[in-house]
Amino acid sequence: MSPKSVQKIAKVFIWGGGAITVAVLLGIILYVLIQGLPSVNMEFLITPPKGGLSGEGGISTATVGTLYLLGITLAILLIPGIGAGIYLAEYARDNRPTRMVRYAVETLAGVPSIVFGLFGFALFVTALHFNFSILSGALTLVCLLLPTLIRTTEEAIRAVPRSYREASLAMGASKWQTIRHVVLPAAMPGIVTGIILCAGRIVEETACLYVTMGGSAAMPTSLLKGGRTLSLHLYYLAMDTNAFDKAMGTGAVLIIIIIIINAVTNLLSQRFQAKMRGG
Amino acid sequence: MPSHVVVDRTAKHVVLICASASFVILGAIFIFTMREGAPALQEIGLYNFLLGTEWRPGQEMFGILPMTVGSILVTLGSMVLAIPIGLACAILLAEVASFRVRRLLRPAVELLVGIPSVVYGLVGMLLIVPAVREIGGSGFSILAASLVLTAMVLPTIISISEDSLRAVPKGYKEAALAMGATQWQMIWHVQVPAARSGIMAGIVLGMGRAIGETMAMIMVIGNSPIIPTSPLSQGRTLTGNIAVEIMYASGIHRSALFSTGVILFLIILVLNTVATFALRRGLKAHHVA
Repeated sequence: MSPKSVQKIAKVFIWGGGAITVAVLLGIILYVLIQGLPSVNMEFLITPPKGGLSGEGGISTATVGTLYLLGITLAILLIPGIGAGIYLAEYARDNRPTRMVRYAVETLAGVPSIVFGLFGFALFVTALHFNFSILSGALTLVCLLLPTLIRTTEEAIRAVPRSYREASLAMGASKWQTIRHVVLPAAMPGIVTGIILCAGRIVEETACLYVTMGGSAAMPTSLLKGGRTLSLHLYYLAMDTNAFDKAMGTGAVLIIIIIIINAVTNLLSQRFQAKMRGG
Repeated sequence: MPSHVVVDRTAKHVVLICASASFVILGAIFIFTMREGAPALQEIGLYNFLLGTEWRPGQEMFGILPMTVGSILVTLGSMVLAIPIGLACAILLAEVASFRVRRLLRPAVELLVGIPSVVYGLVGMLLIVPAVREIGGSGFSILAASLVLTAMVLPTIISISEDSLRAVPKGYKEAALAMGATQWQMIWHVQVPAARSGIMAGIVLGMGRAIGETMAMIMVIGNSPIIPTSPLSQGRTLTGNIAVEIMYASGIHRSALFSTGVILFLIILVLNTVATFALRRGLKAHHVA
């Protein structure tokens, strides 16, 4: 066979790979939206789920649970995550402690969600007596998301051109003044992208929350009360009840949230990269 | 001392403490799971725990071999399709597609990462499980789990392979084309071999993601703690073993589940280390050239 015809066949396979990937994505999204959207209406959004083995009711408490968890997790996560990102980008020298921190961040990023769940279950739920609660879930998520926020913060700070720092230091600003008033503001859109990425992960995560939040269908009235997120709610509906229509409805809501989050992060990071190149 | 010097020093220490948090958490995870898992390992013995074929908590039998086999089978099963599709897609993104196609395809790959694993599981339950049932068995099977995982590991393989294909120096490609190679000959005989360390890293990280997946697996694999004998038979993964039983387990049973977590942790540690080395070697190779 001539090299040209081999190339033709190869390209069919290459384009086939791309086509299958897109088909899988569109297939999942369209299937969930078409099956799920009919059960999504105002009543579905504002009615609490019955819980237990009943698939009745809507998703109001699960939505509140998701937002509650989102707020608490981000509140605890932001300072250590961004702080560590600043350290790795601005202070870290290539020495043993730095390599150990980097190794820890890389390794932590690969640890399965359920292992974080076991850890949270042993430490927060049992040893610290937070029981199955929003707080236990949030603290477990903080451990899980730390590597993500550290990496995105570090990348965003590294993208800020050196000339910014040099100009500030030349004007007599101290290192921290430079970071605080010059580097961080410039890197902020990149850091915000990382935070939104973490928000997306909080919405998606299930395994580590399944063993730390308890999954109560009631309205979470305090940090120490159990609760469920939309993802957890979908899981309970699919496994414990026969309410596949409601599960699909919850899935449709989740897909829409994820599409919006992805669109926002893409937009922000494109703008940030364009700005840093221009700067 | 001027106040800004004090602030400067304090800030440095604060961010250093933040940075050490990851290290502390990693250590704490290891220590806590080990401590909780140790009693079971002492009672059961490492040999019986790792190679025991019966998992019957009621009768104090805790062998995790069925779950280890289940995890390995679904992971390898997912790779059968995910490697060729992922590599093809990576070549498309890195070399073949126009800018406009890339601008559509890349967000699609990113979105695939963002879809919650319970949604994959739900689609698997309602589409793939019934389809597998047509071939035979209950449908909840190793095959269904492998197919669901294929979609979930694709983005990992695609994005890391694409990056490493892109990192191949331009000179390699131009030399091949200047010698009269077709674009495909250049890709297959020059670019892919030069990027193989990175592609390997992508595959290994994809395997890590597959081994660690929990909820989607519980939803489609059937969760019977038996050694699967065919792609159509039910099974259980290491992750599923923990999630399904931890809520009601106590005593030695609970401890055995933590030991399962330790094994999972060690498998991931090995896979990640292999991937890190592969990525470093890939970078060094281009550096020398």
